[in-house]
Amino acid sequence: MSATAAAPAPAERGESPGRRALRRFLRHRIALFGFLVIVVFVTVALAAPWVAPYDPLATSWTAIRKAPSAAHWFGTDENGRDVLSRVVWGARASLMAGVVSVLFAAAIGVPIGLVAGFAGGVLDAVLSRIADAMLSVPFLILAIALAAFLGPALENAMLAIAITFSPVFVRLARGMALDAKATDWVEAARALGNPPWRIAALHVLPNIVPPLLVQSTLAIAEAIIAEAALSFLGLGQQPPAPSWGSMLNSAQRFLESAPWLAIFPGAAIFLVVLSFNLVGDGLRDAFDPRAERR
Amino acid sequence: MSAPPALEVRGLAAEFLTDRGPLRAVDGVSFAVAPGRTLAIVGESGCGKSVTALAIMGLLPPHVRVSGSIRLAGREIATLPPEERRRLRGAEMAMVFQEPMTSLNPAFTAGEQVAEALRLHQGLSRREAFARAVEMLAHVRIPDAARRARQYPHQLSGGMRQRVMIAMALACRPRLLLADEPTTALDVTVQAQILALIDELKRETGTAVVLITHDLGVVADHADEVVVMYAGRIAERAPAAALFALPQHPYTVGLLGAAPRLGRAAGGRLASIEGAVPDMARPPPGCRFAPRCPFRIARCAEEAPPLAEVAPGHASACWRAPLESVLEAAA
Repeated sequence: MSATAAAPAPAERGESPGRRALRRFLRHRIALFGFLVIVVFVTVALAAPWVAPYDPLATSWTAIRKAPSAAHWFGTDENGRDVLSRVVWGARASLMAGVVSVLFAAAIGVPIGLVAGFAGGVLDAVLSRIADAMLSVPFLILAIALAAFLGPALENAMLAIAITFSPVFVRLARGMALDAKATDWVEAARALGNPPWRIAALHVLPNIVPPLLVQSTLAIAEAIIAEAALSFLGLGQQPPAPSWGSMLNSAQRFLESAPWLAIFPGAAIFLVVLSFNLVGDGLRDAFDPRAERR
Repeated sequence: MSAPPALEVRGLAAEFLTDRGPLRAVDGVSFAVAPGRTLAIVGESGCGKSVTALAIMGLLPPHVRVSGSIRLAGREIATLPPEERRRLRGAEMAMVFQEPMTSLNPAFTAGEQVAEALRLHQGLSRREAFARAVEMLAHVRIPDAARRARQYPHQLSGGMRQRVMIAMALACRPRLLLADEPTTALDVTVQAQILALIDELKRETGTAVVLITHDLGVVADHADEVVVMYAGRIAERAPAAALFALPQHPYTVGLLGAAPRLGRAAGGRLASIEGAVPDMARPPPGCRFAPRCPFRIARCAEEAPPLAEVAPGHASACWRAPLESVLEAAA
């Protein structure tokens, strides 16, 4: 390098926006705590067969509604099943429902939103009105209707959640596409001869990943609650397979006599949902361009 | 002349459909640029300079009606289907925009963005294109190009980003470069460097340059020919030297009077042109400059003057051109 090189570079090596966000996220303690909680729950869910002390479906007439003890840390339920084992296995249903349904919702909603925002005109009007109409129906009612229509099963509950959540992603992606469409760099990309699909997929999409990631994280928290609600109503995970929502459903009859039946799945939902929200907030801060100067 | 000009525009018009009716932002603009030459389009904001450039590129939104002939190296491109038109962009003709700070995609490195043109039009692989992009960045005098190529736009200065934009535009060696106020957003010292760079690359590659600016100093130093636009029409078209020596349109005379110059008597005020640009949705019936023109005659308000030659290669749209006698009388 010549000694007369121009002004010193602000950074030696290019730091991608993603790396910078990661670095800032790692300094965000509360979000990091939420992230660790999620990691623990995901690990437990994946390792359920090895972590769960008992078969979650094995009933026992000698251990009905026993309070937490050394043998059954979280107690047993009305059929003598181990609550800890059911919470562990239930984590699979809940986390999967949350993550898969949101991925699905984003997979449906983002392309539609990008197309609507980019195409504009009649297509945009039609797609946007459909999304608005879906958003105007209370979310749980729509999910219940869809789940009831599709039939009670965890997969159907996930599909119902995905469909009800997708308009949120349509709106978000459409708004971001509209913003992007007016930017100089999209104009420059057009001047370089990029076809429209390439601008949407390769130029705009990477720029809207941050808000999508934040939205998805927060949506997972909501989807977990939605799955719990649908399971509570008997439209999600079907007995005897455990999910946190269905456990709460059967616990309601014993709230006074056996509160541990409700406390542990309830606490699990609370912790996971809280953690996803904390991570979502952390991501939002990490991606916030206004927090740049530090 | 045997070879066709790199760009020849005939009767170009662009009509915006607005709530108040059609608005002709560009009306009957004609000019030509030979390979390796620079044509400057001058005029104040809203005179149709940028719309002209966007119309040539085919980048105006679909609700704008563009008519007239646009020939790129003799080939008519105005009537091409959008898909074929798109393939010319970045390959045969390219554009550099006014705002280097926002014209680069924040999510990609400088090198990736230059490489994209090559991947799009020359089908190079990611690796080959990036290597060529680093060469291009070095070519536009970015020091330590290999390292800069891996940096993101927010890590580059304004002048550096405009160099990256120029590298992107020239990566595929287009016949035509449209530079829309490429230096307006930059520091004065950087401005001179960027314009010198464009000149140099033009000489090297034979690219024709259309330089859009409102800075007459830039025109004097860098243009071979000048088109002065007013309210969507060409007021005057002339070789640069002739324009400055003997302006043949009252608007040009006004512009030259309004340009700041070193060595002018201190304390003197810059001349200004009285009045304002006409409402483009309801332009005056005759000469569009007539309401502001100090030399207007009755005919000016009734009949629009055609662009007519007053000297070889020097055309003016003024009923009173040639202006020598008029100017003498006024002085």
